[in-house]
Amino acid sequence: MSTVEIRNLHKSFGKLEVLKGIDFSVESGQVVCVIGPSGSGKSTLLRCVNLLEQPTSGQVFVDGVELTHPDVDLDAARRRLGMVFQQFNLFAHLTVLRNVTIAQERVLKRPRAEAVRIARENLEKVGLSEKADSYPAQLSGGQQQRVAIARALAMNPSLMLFDEPTSALDPELVGDVLQVMRRLAEDGMTMLVVTHEMGFAREVADRVVFMDHGVIVEDGPPEQVIADPQHNRTREFLRRVLHPGV
Amino acid sequence: MTDTAGEEAPAQKPRLSPRQRQRVSRGIQYGVLIALVIVVAALADWAAIRQSFLNLDVAKQDLPDLFTVALKNTVIYTISGFVIGFAVGLVLALMRQSSVGPYRWIAAAYVEIFRGLPALLIFLMIGSLPLAFPGFQVPGDVYGQAALGLGVVSAAYMAETFRAGLQAVPKGQMEAARSLGMPHLRAMVSIVIPQAIRIVIPPLTNELVLLFKDSSLVLFLGVTATQVELAKFGNDQASTFANPTPILVSGLTYLLITIPLGYAARRLEARQGASR
Repeated sequence: MSTVEIRNLHKSFGKLEVLKGIDFSVESGQVVCVIGPSGSGKSTLLRCVNLLEQPTSGQVFVDGVELTHPDVDLDAARRRLGMVFQQFNLFAHLTVLRNVTIAQERVLKRPRAEAVRIARENLEKVGLSEKADSYPAQLSGGQQQRVAIARALAMNPSLMLFDEPTSALDPELVGDVLQVMRRLAEDGMTMLVVTHEMGFAREVADRVVFMDHGVIVEDGPPEQVIADPQHNRTREFLRRVLHPGV
Repeated sequence: MTDTAGEEAPAQKPRLSPRQRQRVSRGIQYGVLIALVIVVAALADWAAIRQSFLNLDVAKQDLPDLFTVALKNTVIYTISGFVIGFAVGLVLALMRQSSVGPYRWIAAAYVEIFRGLPALLIFLMIGSLPLAFPGFQVPGDVYGQAALGLGVVSAAYMAETFRAGLQAVPKGQMEAARSLGMPHLRAMVSIVIPQAIRIVIPPLTNELVLLFKDSSLVLFLGVTATQVELAKFGNDQASTFANPTPILVSGLTYLLITIPLGYAARRLEARQGASR
């Protein structure tokens, strides 16, 4: 059973059709990177997986549960899906530690002591245990993003969704975040990553999906999609990304 | 050079330099001000002013009730009105975001109506409530009626403030909370509303100042000697001693609270502006 399975997914915003029939799946333990030009629909696809965007039609399954079914308990389903946003979206009024414990306590009903222990473990994992009592505004972008990863991990998700996690970061802060993600991949986490980091995709991904104009153009191992793309659109995109200004 | 300067000089009439002109303008402004002060000072009857407005003997009669009764009641009326306004205002702001149409309409109508009416009118109406709801008594007598009157009016203003505050919380905060599995209500209560309240603290402080002054309307509810607030207290004392000094004293007591509060609101606003 695939961790994520998407069948004939369509999404329109008004008259604008952003996703035009997407079929794809992510197997357990796989790291799948979604690449493509801006406006290609890749972020929308990611947001349809945990139904932050309501698909116009089609089906989304996570761990065999159909999230697009009208009777499904979305809140329960979302607990299994960690999400990391481009803009971090840490809770600005809470300390780092509280950011990581609040959903554990309020959603999973873990006792405070257990939630704190798990939070500290995950902050350790992203290298920020000493920032537990800081507020998000006191951290750099890279640190905030690592806290956001710890916050999602503390819920023991079966899948992590990353929506351009390094796009809002200063270049020198990108490395730390990618390092955390790389380690997560090595630990066997199932990951769906929308990214512009070709190096990361080539090195870490089991599969790379190239999207353009709301459809999947190419889907395969990185050595194929990035190193030896079969489609003109993929080649054109990669040429522009890998050799800007040429 | 010198030649041409000598030729052009007579063509232009000797004028004042910009700096000189500024000096003249400032001199005129000072002159007008001093003249006005002199006229007012000359027209005023200083002996009478000292006797009627700055009469220390009369002012002393205000103590200690000015603080132990009048100011205390003013604070009670203000705070209780603020608490009701805060709660109702927050609920109205949330209603305006509801997906249920009638909730939005009711909240919008409430805000329009109660911002459009003079607060005095509300206070005149409160006494008549039992006519509409037979047997109904506002609990807490005058204190309850005052809290209700001030609360009903301030709720309309606070609802708009809260609405702006809720809208100012980035959308990503709600999305992050939902993505962690929080139901909508839980996300509102734990994540969005606390941040919205933080954003609206400065404008709410200003609202508190307005309420503090509006609490003077309580006098229209018909209050006893132990229920008086600052304005009626000053007025009553003025009648008793046939001397308006107590009204001035009440005024100064208002300023004792409103000026620091207004200052605090501006400080909070500046601090928030800096941290954003």
